[in-house]
Amino acid sequence: MSKSRIRVGCGAGFSDDRIDPAQELAVKGELDYLAFECLAERTIARENLARSKDPEKGYTPYLVERFQAVLPACLRSGVRIVTNMGAANPVAAARAVRREARALGLGDVPVAVVLGDDVSEQIRANPQLPLLESGEPVESLLPRMAAANAYLGADVIVAGLDTGASVVMTGRVSDPSLFLGCMMHGLGWRYDDYPRLAVGTIAGHLMECAAQLTGGCFADPGKKDVPDMARIGFPYADVTAQGELELGKVEGSGGRLDVMTCKEQILYEMHDPSSYITPDCILDVTDVSFEQAGRDRVRVLGPRARARTPTYKVVVGYHDGWIGEGEVGYAGPNALARAQLSEQIVRERLRMRGFSYPEIRVDYIGMSSLHGMGAGRPEPYEVRLRIAVRSPDRKAAEAVGFEVRTLHVNGPAGGGGGTNALREVLGVKSVLLPRELVKTQVVVEGAR
Amino acid sequence: MSVKVHALAHSRAGDKGNTSNVSVVAYSDEAWQILREQLTVERVMAAYCHTAKGPVTRFELPKLKALNFVIENALGGGVTISLAQDAHGKSLSYLMLGIELPGR
Repeated sequence: MSKSRIRVGCGAGFSDDRIDPAQELAVKGELDYLAFECLAERTIARENLARSKDPEKGYTPYLVERFQAVLPACLRSGVRIVTNMGAANPVAAARAVRREARALGLGDVPVAVVLGDDVSEQIRANPQLPLLESGEPVESLLPRMAAANAYLGADVIVAGLDTGASVVMTGRVSDPSLFLGCMMHGLGWRYDDYPRLAVGTIAGHLMECAAQLTGGCFADPGKKDVPDMARIGFPYADVTAQGELELGKVEGSGGRLDVMTCKEQILYEMHDPSSYITPDCILDVTDVSFEQAGRDRVRVLGPRARARTPTYKVVVGYHDGWIGEGEVGYAGPNALARAQLSEQIVRERLRMRGFSYPEIRVDYIGMSSLHGMGAGRPEPYEVRLRIAVRSPDRKAAEAVGFEVRTLHVNGPAGGGGGTNALREVLGVKSVLLPRELVKTQVVVEGAR
Repeated sequence: MSVKVHALAHSRAGDKGNTSNVSVVAYSDEAWQILREQLTVERVMAAYCHTAKGPVTRFELPKLKALNFVIENALGGGVTISLAQDAHGKSLSYLMLGIELPGR
């Protein structure tokens, strides 16, 4: 039975997000749905590696902690949970949730699992598909491919909720679709009702990064202040069947939700504001406006949407060698010159050992590591040299950190705090896959 | 009198692949007029040339009194493979806010 008005909360904006705001929403938020967005572009490729070592792994970290925090309150109040925490292994994630529910004494909790986002077979069968980044065929990545997942839409969330399961667990689903799916299910919206899909999509877009709507990534002391930042509350959306939308947060939580925070977040990760493409629609925000509707409460007006595209966007994760890096710090008189001498020594040592790299990145932290070396930068009191390379050869990548480390006794005067690191690189590129090649399915773990 | 964008607007940077987008949201109508006239693609490219190759595209959102700059080839090849410390380019909003404009 559809309602005339529902409330959808956001429990996480990325895989390592804070856990307590979701609990606050579950306990005090008077929610109907709680959605968690926990997948960055490369997360699934990384989790696929974990799954290949252990078939019961491959879902996002902190899944158990997040469900421990919200399951009791959500089951008590009938709040439905939707999340992409399943990453590369939604079935194992569902089992982990069910185990946790039993351990908490909550009984047999059914979890609907969305399958079909893994399209690695379809990508292998269509090596001619062009990469969005370069136009080259995806074929060259196939031998190094670690994962290929389509961004599914809100229709699979609705299908998961329609099973009646308390929890819907997915792999790759587009971020706004997690929220739009709840609204379609709760308010009975049809998948071709574009004026309403626009409302649900903009609500999802604004909420998907959680605290970024409620005072996170916003404070600039003395200029733009945010109260009680250690306890920033996460947002919820109040939506009516007609498509009215207001955003809010739990009373007494930290942070702020106002026209200014909404204006920053609406353009976050947006290119052409008239064409924000999701699996559900093409959103146009050029006529959107915000009105303060109360303390920490904002009304959203004016989103529009056009018909969705005939393709799904697919993220292809692939092994791309190694990144090696090393750092060492200098302070006081002539600090920059000593750091620069170290750079020269390391470059020469690497040449002498026969290593070469497509790119060597040198940062003077405190001076040029974030915005590049602009003209007229004053020399800082302290400077930290960082040298980083990428290489298909692990030994070549590792050598950089080694040679920075050797400066400890072989380098210029007063170098301190040396560190080095090596990590495996998972690159990502995108292709568009015709919708008819993607077959989605919902299975319920613990069907009644 | 010259003025820093920081005095006129607030800003947030986002990433997609190797492209950064940086919003500029005016604090007032007067600030919006100055930004609309003076915060040009050329001025933005000049500020970002040490860290991005471009091109830069500018979108206007009069209802929000905001500009959105899309800066291509800005993130060291993309978040996942970048050698930069700030692979997402989160700090790039404050490069925008440091731009000096002629003002009124």
